[in-house]
Amino acid sequence: MTNESLSYIFINASLVNNFVLAYFLGICPFLGVSGKMETATKMGGAVTFVMLISSMCAYGIHQFLVAINAPFLQLISYIVVIASTVQLVEMFIKKMSPTLFRALGIFLPLITTNCAILGLALFQTNKGYGFVESFVYALGAGAGFTLALVLIAGLREQLNFADVPEVIKGTALTLLIAGILSLSFMGFAGLGA
Amino acid sequence: MAANKELGITPTAGAAPSTDEFIKGLWRDNPVFVQVLGMCPVLAVSNTAENALAMGLATAFVLLMSNILVSILRDFIPKQVRIASYILIIATFVTITDYVIQAISVDLHKSLGAFISLIVVNCLILSRAEAFASKNTVGKSILDAAGMGVGFTFALLCLGAVRELFGNGTIFGLGVLPDNFQEWIVMILPAGGFFTLALWLLIFNVMEARKAKT
Repeated sequence: MTNESLSYIFINASLVNNFVLAYFLGICPFLGVSGKMETATKMGGAVTFVMLISSMCAYGIHQFLVAINAPFLQLISYIVVIASTVQLVEMFIKKMSPTLFRALGIFLPLITTNCAILGLALFQTNKGYGFVESFVYALGAGAGFTLALVLIAGLREQLNFADVPEVIKGTALTLLIAGILSLSFMGFAGLGA
Repeated sequence: MAANKELGITPTAGAAPSTDEFIKGLWRDNPVFVQVLGMCPVLAVSNTAENALAMGLATAFVLLMSNILVSILRDFIPKQVRIASYILIIATFVTITDYVIQAISVDLHKSLGAFISLIVVNCLILSRAEAFASKNTVGKSILDAAGMGVGFTFALLCLGAVRELFGNGTIFGLGVLPDNFQEWIVMILPAGGFFTLALWLLIFNVMEARKAKT
């Protein structure tokens, strides 16, 4: 157990140590589905949901693995839980909104290999967070991920109308913007301390 | 190929393994610069050349082993559960790598941190298992994994060396720039990772554009 307050955990995960811009987690969907604002928002929502569920499961699994003294199974069991949660979300979205399902495309099953989610599970274990703290941490990480995704999507929508050299179009340009965003997020350092 | 003969594998008709399976990962289909796969570790642990090299080798090892196993088991794994099976295979080798690195150097294990475990979710490894190893012979899969692994390590080193040189004035911990060099702190920070990778992609694009013109 740690003595950090819940609001500190939330601000830390969402702004100060933003998963995308400070830890480089979840870069693939960040580059892949950040072309349109609407898709980005919904992708953020889906990732946050998977984060919340897998974070709570990871807490339970960790307690169990400690009890049976088998820490080497940690990685394998975490990834299995995440994969099944993603499968569940995929079925849910397919049923509820076929349009969104098509828009997210390959990036929906790829949430499984989104390092932000596995990273979250590993970090919360390393930091020794309890159940409530893990939940808030996951909420903060999800909010931070969505924020970064939406910000970059907005910028990229504007850039469609800008006159940029042919060679820098695409990933290189997105990375440059991400770098500048990352610099500006450093302004949050010290917040919530 | 020699590796093929040792394993006693007969190439499938009309598709003999060639050095091309190896070469393509180095440049033409470079996993980082061309396919833009496995970005997270590329950006996160490329702040020094040493970290970059260690991460590249660890990833290459997992890639090689999982490609071999997936290729051997490709006729036994049912289609419906293949992704889950691949992930389990990869996770097993990553756990092994994690413990091996910890045994070799505790310092290195500390500086790479959670990113060793995160090799599991490196899309490069899963994509090679799905796109190549599940459809090709063991010999070809080994060559493919070796090429991709070397290409990935090369790209990581490109980033790591540039970031360490400007951010710290050293390469592999050896001072190469004059003492009065003012370090660019931004290169060591997360933002530097984004900028350096953007720069390398830009260089790659310019070279490709030149080639297309001639």
